[in-house]
Amino acid sequence: MIDQLSWLAIYPELILLVMACVILLVDLGVKSAGRDLTYGLTLLTLGWVVVVTASQASGGQTAYGFGRMVVSEPMGNWLKCFAALALMATVVYGRPYAKDRDMLRGGEFFTLSMFSLLGAFIMISGHNFLVLYMGLEMMTLSSYALVALRRDNATATEAAMKYFVLGALASGFLLYGLSMIYGATGSLDVGEVFKAIVSREVKHQVLVFGLVFVVAGLAFKLGAVPFHMWLPDVYHGAPTAVTLAIGAAPQLAAFAILMRILVQGLLPLAIDWQQMLTVLAVASLLVGNLAAIAQTNLKRMLAFSTISQMGFLLLAMVAGVVDGDKLNAQSAYSAAMFYVITYVLTTLAVFGVIMLLARQGFESEDISDLAGLNQRSPLYAGVMAVGMFSLAGVPPLVGFYAKLAVLETLLATQQTYLLVLAVFAVLVSLVGAFYYLRIVKVMYFEAPPAHAPATIEAGKDVRVVLSINGALVLGLGLLPGGLMTLCSQAMSSLVKSLGT
Amino acid sequence: MGLLSLAIWTPIVFGIILLAVGRDEHAKAARWFALVGAIVSLLVTLPLYGGFQYDTAAMQFVERWDWIPRFNIEYHLGLDGISFWFVLLTAFITVVVVIAGWEAIEQRVNQYMGAFLILSGLMIGVFSAQDAMLFFVFFEATLIPMYLIIGIWGGPNKIYAAFKFFLYTLLGSLLMLVALIYLYRASGNSFDLAVWHKLPLSMNVQTLLFFAFLAAFAVKVPMWPVHTWLPDVHVEAPTGGSAVLAAIMLKLGAYGFLRFSLPIAPDASREWAWLMIALSLVAVIYVGLVAMVQQDMKKLVAYSSVAHMGFVTLGFFIFSDLGVAGGIVQMIAHGFVSGAMFLCIGVLYDRVHSREIASYGGVVNTMPKFTAFALLFAMANCGLPGTAGFVGEWMVILAAIKANFWIGLAAASALIFGAAYTLWMFKRVYLGPVTKDEVKTLQDINAREFLMLSLLAVAVLYMGIFPKPFTDVMDASVADLLRHVALSKLN
Repeated sequence: MIDQLSWLAIYPELILLVMACVILLVDLGVKSAGRDLTYGLTLLTLGWVVVVTASQASGGQTAYGFGRMVVSEPMGNWLKCFAALALMATVVYGRPYAKDRDMLRGGEFFTLSMFSLLGAFIMISGHNFLVLYMGLEMMTLSSYALVALRRDNATATEAAMKYFVLGALASGFLLYGLSMIYGATGSLDVGEVFKAIVSREVKHQVLVFGLVFVVAGLAFKLGAVPFHMWLPDVYHGAPTAVTLAIGAAPQLAAFAILMRILVQGLLPLAIDWQQMLTVLAVASLLVGNLAAIAQTNLKRMLAFSTISQMGFLLLAMVAGVVDGDKLNAQSAYSAAMFYVITYVLTTLAVFGVIMLLARQGFESEDISDLAGLNQRSPLYAGVMAVGMFSLAGVPPLVGFYAKLAVLETLLATQQTYLLVLAVFAVLVSLVGAFYYLRIVKVMYFEAPPAHAPATIEAGKDVRVVLSINGALVLGLGLLPGGLMTLCSQAMSSLVKSLGT
Repeated sequence: MGLLSLAIWTPIVFGIILLAVGRDEHAKAARWFALVGAIVSLLVTLPLYGGFQYDTAAMQFVERWDWIPRFNIEYHLGLDGISFWFVLLTAFITVVVVIAGWEAIEQRVNQYMGAFLILSGLMIGVFSAQDAMLFFVFFEATLIPMYLIIGIWGGPNKIYAAFKFFLYTLLGSLLMLVALIYLYRASGNSFDLAVWHKLPLSMNVQTLLFFAFLAAFAVKVPMWPVHTWLPDVHVEAPTGGSAVLAAIMLKLGAYGFLRFSLPIAPDASREWAWLMIALSLVAVIYVGLVAMVQQDMKKLVAYSSVAHMGFVTLGFFIFSDLGVAGGIVQMIAHGFVSGAMFLCIGVLYDRVHSREIASYGGVVNTMPKFTAFALLFAMANCGLPGTAGFVGEWMVILAAIKANFWIGLAAASALIFGAAYTLWMFKRVYLGPVTKDEVKTLQDINAREFLMLSLLAVAVLYMGIFPKPFTDVMDASVADLLRHVALSKLN
């Protein structure tokens, strides 16, 4: 039954779909090298989507559409809102970079990003395994194409190939796992699956068998160890603008799908998947942090840093259910949500600076390319330093509160093994601090290379957005209360709706 | 906005403005702006002195607002007799440090001055925070400006020193973070220190908490055997960085013992007092001996700092009025004296560019005015009566003798080592005939350096001759703390 409410539930998706098609057509007539009109329309559309999702989210209602195929609820709407904002920043940072690399001959960079965001939105909205899967495929297929946008560049095409093959494998895992769960429960609806498992009339072995594949597929998408191999290569090989396009907004969608499948669908199996996630988290924290130390390529280092940050995120996910009791669920999942949002915010700032330093024929990929940045531009060095300290989790930057929330939720369970995990996480984050500090060291303590221009040129739009981005990392560090409350409220309505 | 908020945010706002608008072309303007900022920041702390009530141990100038409602974290500030002097000391030392960096710093002046102003505000925040998480945020945030100060303006091996400083202290405080979160849960979701002080805890829990706090604070103080970062960092840090590090940042750790370890885990504190006393005595005696054989002036003063901070922790863990008050007095005195010692080394270093004792000799012949100051500070460092250094050490030794004669004897013997390494260094650097060419051409201190050193000299002498204003302030709070520690919190 398709009623008015159904359309309302997918209002942001509709805007995106229509506007992406319109922009695709309009772009045919655009002649300017910077694709000014396409760029403007993209930003306008995304701004519109931000307003719509934010107003839906602050309404706080939960509405289902198309026979519970999709859901519109606060967590999803906030994630959509932040994903659209993240893509706005990505487009602003990425346009000069793409222009210099001959990637703006057509408007694909903009339209593919928008289709990728549309996929992310569907992933966030989906309340049915197949819808979720379709959203995921839409997002990743657009991303594969984005990575391959510089088709004459060998590393980029190699990265695209690798991303495609491994991504397809992961999707296969996920689909296979979902089909097992469908076989056991007889439903694709997230809520129905939950109820079926609670009723205890389904075969546990089949469920857990499917669950293993689901978790593996999701871990691939998140980049958790040992399913992380694609991530450094893709981060490294893809043009930096695209690295950001697949490293920022899609992480929010990946978190959403984790919530929809594992929590809203399979929470009764939490005992099983929490164990799996624990292993993934520990491995990610170890491998991510240790491997990052050895990197000389900045983008590879950030890829391993992403892996370790995802490890922290997964730690929050394992604290939701204790002894079959979901008292801690709201605190755990809202900690994870806060973590992923602030992670994306920081990542945007960091990649924004990297792209700013890249010039025609110069990628600024090595850590040494940042040398003496403070002398060339105190502002951008400051933004980068704030980002690094935040990723390292040093107060008073926002990354600290993200880690604090995760540690708090681990200790709140009063489980000894989770306490040990918390201490472990704290100790490996000390290792992490080393390589983040190294970036600060290069920027502040070393002299700029001789070939580097003395000043850094940047368009007004980039300068303004990057300054706001950096100020937010610092400002949310001074006043994190609002965002925390927002995450907590979003999760409280989600946890309340479990099993319905 | 309350007085304490003003004291915290005034220097930070000045610092941020400096960072935002300062340019290397306008170095002179940046210096004057920083000086104005530091002086204004000092002036806004003075009304605290006028308004302080001596007869109560309760928190004064309290400000309390919700900060992060999700975790019940409050922006909760307050001062009592224990923390009172450190706010003023921090603001005062910042003025001196700005003057000290006037000529020595030529590159990126605005960033140097801005970092010190921000650091000053953050450290005042540590001393006035009454919410544990607020304390932790300020405590950790001080690492960022200090890391940059050491790394940008430091000596040849600055990068090693900056990393060692950051990672060493971060390791300690991360364990404390876990302890803080544990206490948050145990106290029914509160980060309020006053609530934690009343919270009953079992002995096992208290012991774990005590050692978690110890990890953070012992590194910061630093206590033997986790003191090894301090000499490395002092040697490489610029003069101003060394002065602030020795004068105030070390006190953050010692202050932490009084605010966290003693009142939150009193039973464990009493249980493990022997360990703390033993470590303190090792610091006082062994590190004192290590100081004696140093060739590098900054290293020598760094080791002497470790030894002097040993007196502080020794005083705390004797659990008597005299001991705790003596420890606090020693912290303040060491703030003046060690800051002054590092600034004196800076004066010489700016001229000769060497910290080696062997590069000098007979400085008194070419720099008589400067040598007079140096002599005063050296005497204060040995603990000569009439100088600030005497009061605290004497109180601690007296308390130690009351508690146990042998502890008192061991502590007192350290005075001899202190006099030995300080005076021997003084003799080799300042006295005797001039043998080195660099020393022959030395210019005596200029008006700026004279002002900077006389500010500290006045403080050192005043505190040595009239210690009463300092001890009066803390009496009520120290007595209250000891009453609290004497009660068992076991449940």
